[in-house]
Amino acid sequence: MLELTDLHASYGKTPILRGVDVDVDAGEIVGIMGKNGVGKTTLVKAVMGLLEVDDGRIRFDGTDVTDEPADVRARRGMGYIPQGRDVFPELTVAENLRIGETINEGDDRLQYEAVYDYFPILEERRDQEAGTMSGGQQQMLAIGRALVGNPELLLLDEPSEGVQPSIVQDVTRNLRRVNEELGTTILFVEQNLHVVQHLAERCYAIDKGTIVDELEGDRLDSREAVTEYLAV
Amino acid sequence: MLELLNFGFEFVEIFAFIVLATVGLAVIFGMMGIINLAHGEFILVGAYATTFTFDAGLPLPLAMLAGVVLTAVYGLVLERLIIRHLYGRLLDSMVVTWGISLVMIQLTRIVFGNTAPGIGIPYGQLPVVDGPIYYLVLAVVAVGVLGGLYALFTWTDFGIRARATMQDETTARSMGVDTDRMYMTTFAVGSGLAGLAGALYAPVMTVTPEYGTGFLIETFVAVVVGGASVLVGTVLASGLLGTVNAAVTNVAGTFMGQVAMLIAAIVAIRLMPEGITGMLADWRESRGESQ
Repeated sequence: MLELTDLHASYGKTPILRGVDVDVDAGEIVGIMGKNGVGKTTLVKAVMGLLEVDDGRIRFDGTDVTDEPADVRARRGMGYIPQGRDVFPELTVAENLRIGETINEGDDRLQYEAVYDYFPILEERRDQEAGTMSGGQQQMLAIGRALVGNPELLLLDEPSEGVQPSIVQDVTRNLRRVNEELGTTILFVEQNLHVVQHLAERCYAIDKGTIVDELEGDRLDSREAVTEYLAV
Repeated sequence: MLELLNFGFEFVEIFAFIVLATVGLAVIFGMMGIINLAHGEFILVGAYATTFTFDAGLPLPLAMLAGVVLTAVYGLVLERLIIRHLYGRLLDSMVVTWGISLVMIQLTRIVFGNTAPGIGIPYGQLPVVDGPIYYLVLAVVAVGVLGGLYALFTWTDFGIRARATMQDETTARSMGVDTDRMYMTTFAVGSGLAGLAGALYAPVMTVTPEYGTGFLIETFVAVVVGGASVLVGTVLASGLLGTVNAAVTNVAGTFMGQVAMLIAAIVAIRLMPEGITGMLADWRESRGESQ
């Protein structure tokens, strides 16, 4: 459902991505792991359309979306969860979620029930300003916001970043439920061992802007194999 | 008692004037960060459209509606052609809109001459207090506009998306919000509100090519005193400046009322550089931290 072919992208004149090829099938949970500064965030932004690519193609659901702006991609069904959450701080929890309804225009089903089921705190705090919540709660809100519009693909940029370990486990578990119960395809980038091993069914390793390995099954379960690509 | 009624009437008159003159500018500045120095000339468009459609035989309310709609459309066209290239460029936007303002004043003079047909003040005079009933109508419209904007920005999809865009454009875009369209619509709404001010005051103030400048002082002072929050800022600034102006006008005449209002504005800006709503936000934050 998502195909990245020979993706090149740069920040200013510094090339960050140097030919990335990634394939994600519908219903999969795919991770992309790598150390700091190897291009993970750039890759997610390129997929979402927040960064122009220099070369290569992005196909989503059979359509070439490479030249489309981010809002069009979102309405096609990409639910994006930015690094550092980026909830709208002065909007209430309910208003933040309402913004997410715009995602996946072609699908009228809204997932409030599921969102409140995974993250009951969002229902309790629906009238609270998002900026006053803790980092973990904002992370839940960012996921809920991306989920409300029933996206086909959830795109996560380091969901563990700045979130305490107990909440990371909770978030990981809930993302698996999202995938099983709603059938949402998930693509995430991460450098947290727990998330990589407990969330991904299949994981690419990225280094210096290219995919250097692809792990599945036993190799993905092996601590040694995975930490090779994460250790600093 | 009569004294109090007079003060009350004066306050209502000035409050309505500041609110109506300001909201359009406040919406555009607060939501988009564009300081529209041609705001007065958007008001001018509303006034001329009202005057000429009224002169052509349209009933006054419809003529005013025409003023609002034409100004909104005018704003929309200008946004597409010029303003949208200026987002995020505060100083450039000021220079360009100032230029637009000059061109519009001169064009108006060339096309329509120095005077426009007059419209009499409708509805007659109030009993007891010395003043036209129409000023109370203006006050009701002002409160209605504030209520309408509150509802628009609080409850509608458009309002919530507009606020999200204002807080974080990139994230709003990545959530599927067409932020270009948000800006375009917001600018048209702000322009329409400027047109409304022009239309409503066409019967009260003589309509000339410099008509817009008659609104400018109150407008910009109120936006600066009000601060970043569009509605609360406009209401509080209009309330504060209106009270000072009305109180002094009652004692010492219209001119001194204006002077007192400007002095109050200077003091307010000195004490609250971020405007009233900026100060309120700071205060809320410090209270939150001490808890």
